[in-house]
Amino acid sequence: METQRPDTDVDVIDTEDALAIEIQREQNAAPQVPKENLARVILPPFVLGAAIIGFWYFISYGLLSERRRFLLRPPHEVLNNAFLDGDVMEEIMLSTWSSTKVAFFGLVIAAAMGLVLAVLMSQTKLVERAMFPYLVVLQSVPILAIVPLIGFWFGFGQTSRIVVCVIIAFFPLVVNTLFGLQSAERGMHDLFTLHNANRATRLQKLKMPAAMPAMFAGLRISAGLSVIGAIVGDFFFGQGEPGIGQRLRTYSNRLQGEELLAAVIISASLGVAVFLFFTWLQNRVVGKWYSGAGGSGV
Amino acid sequence: MATDTAALSFDNIGMTFPDGTETLRDITFDVHRGEFVTIVGPSGCGKSTLLKIASGLLEPTVGAVTVDRDRLGYVFQDATLLPWRTVVQNVELLPELHGIGKDDRRKLAQEAIELVGLSGFEDHYPKSLSGGMKMRASLARTLTLEPPVFLFDEPFGAVDEITREHLNDETQQLFVREGFAGLFITHSISEAVFMSTRVLVMSNRPGRVIASFDVPFEYPRDPEIRFDPEFAKLAGSVSQELRGGH
Repeated sequence: METQRPDTDVDVIDTEDALAIEIQREQNAAPQVPKENLARVILPPFVLGAAIIGFWYFISYGLLSERRRFLLRPPHEVLNNAFLDGDVMEEIMLSTWSSTKVAFFGLVIAAAMGLVLAVLMSQTKLVERAMFPYLVVLQSVPILAIVPLIGFWFGFGQTSRIVVCVIIAFFPLVVNTLFGLQSAERGMHDLFTLHNANRATRLQKLKMPAAMPAMFAGLRISAGLSVIGAIVGDFFFGQGEPGIGQRLRTYSNRLQGEELLAAVIISASLGVAVFLFFTWLQNRVVGKWYSGAGGSGV
Repeated sequence: MATDTAALSFDNIGMTFPDGTETLRDITFDVHRGEFVTIVGPSGCGKSTLLKIASGLLEPTVGAVTVDRDRLGYVFQDATLLPWRTVVQNVELLPELHGIGKDDRRKLAQEAIELVGLSGFEDHYPKSLSGGMKMRASLARTLTLEPPVFLFDEPFGAVDEITREHLNDETQQLFVREGFAGLFITHSISEAVFMSTRVLVMSNRPGRVIASFDVPFEYPRDPEIRFDPEFAKLAGSVSQELRGGH
């Protein structure tokens, strides 16, 4: 089968002109993105924020009598009596930190378990078929219904709060990772088949990298859910270090409106911060090659 | 230019899918090194199935294929570049899968990239490349293994006409330079006649080879040859045969 290569006067393909034309054409065809006017970006949320604060004042002073104003303290009182009060803020921030740790550990455990399970399910259809109904059941069971069981098994402290986070965060991670592992195109699989890639090579060089964007989408959803899990867990499992959920409960019981609103705002900020962190991480890891990076999830 | 021993041989190939659809019947032909054979045929006549059978991705229900599959070059319809790898990392993929060391595969990749004219784009990700550039990267990836047999599954169908003509020209030059055995699938008669030493026409399903045309033009072929009366006459004959096969 060995033969002499045919004589030729062609050495290297002269493609420079063609490439230049092609790139030029592509540049011409590319839509010109107008430079965003800064005012247009900042002004709408600023105006909406001002309107919300105005509406808040309207409810506090316009709708609520002085006797009932504890139901919604005006913004400046929340600012002065909670955000600018060192003791109150220390109390809220320490409990927020405690809840952050719970949410983080819950998320890490859910992500590790989710990855392992998704890989197993992607390797064998039989495992996928066997596991999926139970995952759906786990997702469908209201967390409040199994809270007593969790307390019974894991006690009424930090561990149970972490378990709640794991249960809540687990499903989106498994489903998104599994979807990602199955997302590589048929042609890419054919390429690996043609070159005799074994199962491990295919997983390492094709399926796992292909799964990254979906995994990050799952992480962003689950990170928010894990924060919710940490706060919900706090309400039921009060032993040990107090979390932000317990603070919310205490402030609510004592009718401390300013502190309650500050704790709610900081809890919401924690959820937003976690979402933004994972969006940033996704952009860092897959943004260079994935066109859809930075979106708002799958 | 062609050699005596066939690099790729189809012997009485027939293919019927499990749902009972007979796609191919009695396909018998050889491709030698230094030969570039193009198959044209109506949609759904089994052209791509034949290529999949040649590569081993599908097993025929009847007949046998003889080919060395260890170093088979396969250019897909889509570029099938891995989006998380840069151009050079994509081009390195096949040597990597074949266990070739990092330095050696980088050298092979650089040579192939230079050959297809993508120098300077080594560190670009596929998302920033045009369709034609992606196809060049895909060609470069296949070239790294210096395959004696190249299978092309309608690789330029998705690019615009001008880019397609450039890619035809470049592939033809690669063929002249490397002297591989080429089996090319296309819907374009002009592309088929321009690139090939031989054009095979397939019938409607179940696909059979109903005509064979030797292309007499010398390599390397000038793109202007497309306007030659003899070229037009040959293309017309292929077209007539193709219409008759419908």
